[in-house]
Amino acid sequence: MSKSNFTRRGVLKTGAIAGAGLTLPTYLRAQEAGFTNAPGASDVILGFNVPQSGPYADEGADELRAYELAVEHLNGGGDGGMLNTFSSKALDGTGILGREVKYVTGDTQTKSDAARASARSMIEKDGAIMVTGGSSSGVAVAVQALCQEAGIIFMAGLTHSNDTTGKDRKANGFRHFCNSYMTGAALAPVLAAQYGTDRKAYHLTADYNWGYTTEEAIRASTEAVGWETVNTVKTPLTQTDFSSYIAPVLNSGADVLVLNHYGGNMVNSLTSAVQFGLREAQANGQNFEIVVPLFSRLMARGAGENIKGILGSTGWHWSLQDEGSQAFVRSFGTKYGFPPSQAAHTCYVQTLLYADAVTRAGSFAPCAVAEALEDFEFDGMGNGKTLYRGADHQCFKDVLVVKGKENPESEFDLLEIVEVTPVDQVMYEPDHPQMGGAEATLGECNNGA
Amino acid sequence: MDQIIVQILNGLDKGSAYALIALGLTLIFGTLGVVNFAHGALFMVGAFCAVVTSKILSSSHKVVDDTRTDFLGNPLEVDVYYIQDWFGEAAGAAIMDWAVPLAILISIPIMILVGFVMERGLIKHFYKRPHADQILVTFGLAIVMGEVIKYYFGANPIQTPAPEALSGRVDFGVWLGYGPNAVVYPMWRLVYFFFSATVIASVFAFLQFTTFGMVVRAGMADRETVGLLGIDIDKRFTFMFGLAAAVAGTAGVMYAPIVSPAYTMGMDWLVLSFVVVVVGGMGSLPGAVLAGFVLGIIESFASMPSIVNLLPGINQIIIYVVAIAILLIRPRGLMGRKGVMED
Repeated sequence: MSKSNFTRRGVLKTGAIAGAGLTLPTYLRAQEAGFTNAPGASDVILGFNVPQSGPYADEGADELRAYELAVEHLNGGGDGGMLNTFSSKALDGTGILGREVKYVTGDTQTKSDAARASARSMIEKDGAIMVTGGSSSGVAVAVQALCQEAGIIFMAGLTHSNDTTGKDRKANGFRHFCNSYMTGAALAPVLAAQYGTDRKAYHLTADYNWGYTTEEAIRASTEAVGWETVNTVKTPLTQTDFSSYIAPVLNSGADVLVLNHYGGNMVNSLTSAVQFGLREAQANGQNFEIVVPLFSRLMARGAGENIKGILGSTGWHWSLQDEGSQAFVRSFGTKYGFPPSQAAHTCYVQTLLYADAVTRAGSFAPCAVAEALEDFEFDGMGNGKTLYRGADHQCFKDVLVVKGKENPESEFDLLEIVEVTPVDQVMYEPDHPQMGGAEATLGECNNGA
Repeated sequence: MDQIIVQILNGLDKGSAYALIALGLTLIFGTLGVVNFAHGALFMVGAFCAVVTSKILSSSHKVVDDTRTDFLGNPLEVDVYYIQDWFGEAAGAAIMDWAVPLAILISIPIMILVGFVMERGLIKHFYKRPHADQILVTFGLAIVMGEVIKYYFGANPIQTPAPEALSGRVDFGVWLGYGPNAVVYPMWRLVYFFFSATVIASVFAFLQFTTFGMVVRAGMADRETVGLLGIDIDKRFTFMFGLAAAVAGTAGVMYAPIVSPAYTMGMDWLVLSFVVVVVGGMGSLPGAVLAGFVLGIIESFASMPSIVNLLPGINQIIIYVVAIAILLIRPRGLMGRKGVMED
């Protein structure tokens, strides 16, 4: 019988010494560089925090594909994608500041606590210099706050709530995707033109942060063009059968139903609305209409036939004909066999924008990168000329008003662009009431370490 | 008044699904004494039987259409359905349109098989273990089943429409003396209600009027004595597990056009179905059905905008509030019997 020489105290001591030894180089490097997770000479690690499980896992998978493509292009692989069309020519396919780009991934599960845990792990264990991704505003706000505390740059993925760059904006956080205010500003004039100004709207709103800001934005913008809001009803995020909410709509005096729902919520509420005959109904002497403020191609596929003819908005669509969009679609489509989603687009662009900002700043220090991104104007990334506004770290670019295509030619051809709303129409002041008013501030940039 | 009628119909519809799932749960609990937390997953598997049937019927091969291009500018590959090749365009389209009702026929043997494999392969090893162990293992199984579905079908809901002929609306109000369009209700939801009523009646008739059912009922009452009479009650109970799985599965198939199938739907229904079983009375089949309809109707009324605006959030807790109230008044549930799950 052998006797083990291990003792509890010995194991603890050895573990502590080994842990300190492994952490020391990173700590010393951070002290020397003056910021958290300063990369070594050969490579730099990015953290891709996307929903790999949960209801937005399909969007998360598409985000991850886009990130992998961006890393490939940054390291000089593939056809270069948007690097060829990006107006800034700082990136040359040799990684970021000569370092090969590597990445780690985390699973947000579309839960704020899980997303924070995975982001923390990527920062503290894997040494990620930047965290990006996500398909939920709740997650984006939570992870953005964590990155601010840790002294890491957060490049938001798909987050549409006003709060991300509104009342919850942070100096270390940046959003490329459009927000609820911009959707309202783009959509309302098209709705007025198509359905008239004498309309009465009934809102069904997902009972969480994104739902509230979207309802507020659509209400404000449609009321500004003459519509009246008849009723607003909050629906639980976990709701699947919306029949109890849809049934009273026809007798409410409304002639438009606005579904402030996203993902599975939207698929199911729209299905219920169609089942109850709202699309063929008449109210107040007009055809009853349904509006979905934010569309994505992935959820349009879930809604199937029901989506046809329904107006909404989207951040980007693969059918855009500008050079940048086409380059991205070509790269993504060739690699994966299908066109990218809007979530993939914003994640790909955010990665390139971060890499470009680091290169222009000549430093990975978060505050230097933030300074390079602030008020940066660029083109060639889809959506036309774009400004990363310094005051709130929100990108301002064209917004697409789309509708469900009547006669799709393929399984991807589900939305058609009705109007490309120019950026000037969706601009607002940084202290706009929907964005947290004058009290909303970025705070101080944090380099961490 | 018209809104009240619509909400009663909604409640009956929702209650039908609760009743079918709770009926299966109670059958399993009553026969095998197993608390099956994977029963919601069986409902989900049933719904995906409809998805799979639809996909099989719309199997296609690609034909290059040189006149059009795909998103990369290459010649477009157009889907041509095999079923239309074989039966002609009109007949093929009609068969694809009736995918959900056809899925019922396919789902019954599949679900019985799934139930059989579940019971023989896993659950039988937990008969003599505490209920907590049964809950843990079946809950784990439900998670695994959900993840398998997600792996193959993705996380987004998949639209599975009802046949065109049954997709319209019924002007219910006209039958009740109201004006046109006062109470309009989707036809498929009415079909679902009648389907559920038929299944529930069939299960009760099977247990009540067949020798097999009589033996099962005897086994539920006194398993040991039935065994002493030389009857292999275990085999019959295994069949009942398969039957319960088939009931949940067909409920899921028919529900697919109402709420698009997604891998989360098993968990969505699970907790509520258990509340239904407890409110109905553990082990009581009529109790499960009664509680299903009662709670379905109450939940529908609580979701009316006028109620939600008056009491925000009430729609999310009403079932639990009612359950607590009923259990305070009748601790064994509406039709619970003394001695069941009280050891």
